[in-house]
Amino acid sequence: MREILVLSGKGGTGKTSITAAFAHVSGHKIICDLDVDTPDLHLLLQPTHEREVQFYAGNEARINQAGCIGCGLCEEMCRYNAIHHDGLDVFTVDPIRCEGCKVCVTFCPEETISFPEKHCGRWYVSTTRFGTMVHAQLFPGEENSGRLVALLKQEAKKLAKEKQIDCILSDGVPGVGCPVISSLSGADFVVIVTEPTPSGRHDLERVAGLCRHFRTRAGVIINKFDLNDEQSSHIEKYCRDNGYPLLAKLPHDALVTEAMVKGRAVTECGESKIGLDIRVAWEKIEQLTR
Amino acid sequence: MKITVASGKGGTGKTTVTASLAAVWDRPLLAVDLDVEEPNLHLFLQPEISTDVEKAWMEIPVLDAEKCTLCGDCVNLCQFKAISLMISTLTLYPDMCHGCGGCMAICSKGALGKGQRELGTIHQGRVGETRFLSGTLRIGEAMSPPLMEAVKKKMDDILELEGRDAVIDAPPGVSCPALCAVMDSDVIVLVADATPFGLHDFKLAWESFSSLAKPTGVVINRAGMGTREIYTFCGENAIPILAEIPFDRKIAEAYSQGRIIAEVSAELGTVFSSLQKNIRALAAGDTGEVGDA
Repeated sequence: MREILVLSGKGGTGKTSITAAFAHVSGHKIICDLDVDTPDLHLLLQPTHEREVQFYAGNEARINQAGCIGCGLCEEMCRYNAIHHDGLDVFTVDPIRCEGCKVCVTFCPEETISFPEKHCGRWYVSTTRFGTMVHAQLFPGEENSGRLVALLKQEAKKLAKEKQIDCILSDGVPGVGCPVISSLSGADFVVIVTEPTPSGRHDLERVAGLCRHFRTRAGVIINKFDLNDEQSSHIEKYCRDNGYPLLAKLPHDALVTEAMVKGRAVTECGESKIGLDIRVAWEKIEQLTR
Repeated sequence: MKITVASGKGGTGKTTVTASLAAVWDRPLLAVDLDVEEPNLHLFLQPEISTDVEKAWMEIPVLDAEKCTLCGDCVNLCQFKAISLMISTLTLYPDMCHGCGGCMAICSKGALGKGQRELGTIHQGRVGETRFLSGTLRIGEAMSPPLMEAVKKKMDDILELEGRDAVIDAPPGVSCPALCAVMDSDVIVLVADATPFGLHDFKLAWESFSSLAKPTGVVINRAGMGTREIYTFCGENAIPILAEIPFDRKIAEAYSQGRIIAEVSAELGTVFSSLQKNIRALAAGDTGEVGDA
C-alpha cells in the first residue's frame, strides 16, 4: 500500500487543484481530503455521500452555577485562561479557550463542573467520478483536527484493504503543525507544492524539514514557475542540493481557475501544457513509490 | 487598536495586506506575525532582527520514578494520552503533553516535577519606526497556540508601554490556531479571493469568526478573477468590503520578488491608505463611512 500526501507549507500554492488532477489521471486509489478545517477538494470532485458519521472528540468544561460557591480555584488552576468571573463572582468557562484538560473538573471542591463530550464535525465516505473519497468537515472554530485527520487516514486504509486498492492519495493542509504532523504519520511519499516567491521558498524548506524530521520521502512541484525564473532556479538548486526529486515545473495558467469555476480537474479541460506536465509528474511519483 | 488579518483559505494575500498596511500606517505601529507555523511577514518587511532570540517553552512534567507509587491518578486525569501506566512502569510522552499542569497538581507523592518543552522562538526587530514581532514554531512541534499566546503576551506588553497600534498576520484556517490569532483583536480583516475555493473558505471563516462579534470587514484580492458570488454573499450578510486589490500579473510578479504591494504603484498605495481609513471607521462602528473604497 502506498500513501501519497500532497503538502505545501504555504497555503494557496495549488495543492487541491493538483490533487484533483492526480485523482483524474491515476488508476485505482482511495482519495482522501485531510484538510478537515477548510476542505476544498469536494468542490472539484463533487462527491455523493454514501455514509455520514458524526465526529465526537474531546470534552469541554461547564460550570453548573447552582453548585458553585465562587471559590475561584478553577480560574486559578486553568492554564488556558479559559475561566473568568464577573463582578458578582459568577464563574464561566469560555468554550473557545477551553482545552478540555479536565483540571477544573477534577479539582472543583464542590464537584460542580460537568465535562460533556464535544460534537466537533462530520466525516463522509463518498463516491466520485475518480473513485471512493473519504473527507470531513470540522465545525468552524472546533479543535481536534489532528484526531479527525488520523481517523480519516485509518478509514481510507480500511477501505483500501477491503477494495484491494494499493494507493491512497491525500490532499493535505498548509502549515507544519498538528494536522500536518498527523497527516504525515504513515505516509510513504510527500509531494510538496511550492511557488517561486519568497514565502513559497521559505515554507517549502520548513515543510521539507518536517518530512526529514519524520523520515518521510518527498518530491517537489514548482507551481507557476514562470512567475519568477530566478526564484524558480533557487528552488531547483535547493531540491538538487537536498536530494528532493523535482517532479514538475507547472506554468502559470488561467485554465486552473477556469477548471475550478467549472468544478473540474484541470486535466479534464482539454489538452494543455499544464495537464501534460501533471501527467508526467504522476508517472514520476508512480515510479518513485512502486 | 489591534487589527488581525485572517483568511480561511491559505494564499489569499494575508501577508501582502499586512505588509502593505504596515507600510502606509500613519501611527506608531507594531507589525506582528502570528502565523508561527509558516511565518513570512519578515520576508516582505525585512526588519532588522535583534540578535537575542528568545525561546518559548511549555511546562511539562518530568518523572522522579523513585517517588512514584504507580497509583495511576495522573494517568486517569490526563486527557491527551501523554502518560501511560503499564504493569510497573509509568511512561511520559512529552510530545503529547498539552501543558495543563493537572498531573503535577494531582500527584500527592511529588513524583512529577517541572520540566519544559521548547515550542519555538520569538523574534523582535525594527523597520524604520515600526516595531516587528514574530514567532517561529520548532519543526516537529505540533501545538502552535501556546507559542502564539507567548507572542501575544509580548505584543500586549509592547502595546501597553508604547501605545502603538498592532497589525497582525494570522495563520490560515478557521480552527484553533486561526481563532487564537483573532480572538483578542479589536478588528478582523478577512482577505478573500473570488475563486470557488476562496469563496467556500471565506464562508467558513465568516461562520467561525462572526461568533466573536467583532467589527469584521473583507478585502477582496485578485478582484475580477473567479465569480461575482462573493459580492452577493457580502451583501446578504452585510459584510463591509474594505478594499479591492485588482487581479494583475504585475502584482503577482512584484510579490514573487518580495516587494510590498502598496509600494508598487501610486494607485496601489491609495488602495491601502483608503483601507486604513476604512479599518478605522469600522473600528469606530461607523459602517456608513466604509465601503467607498
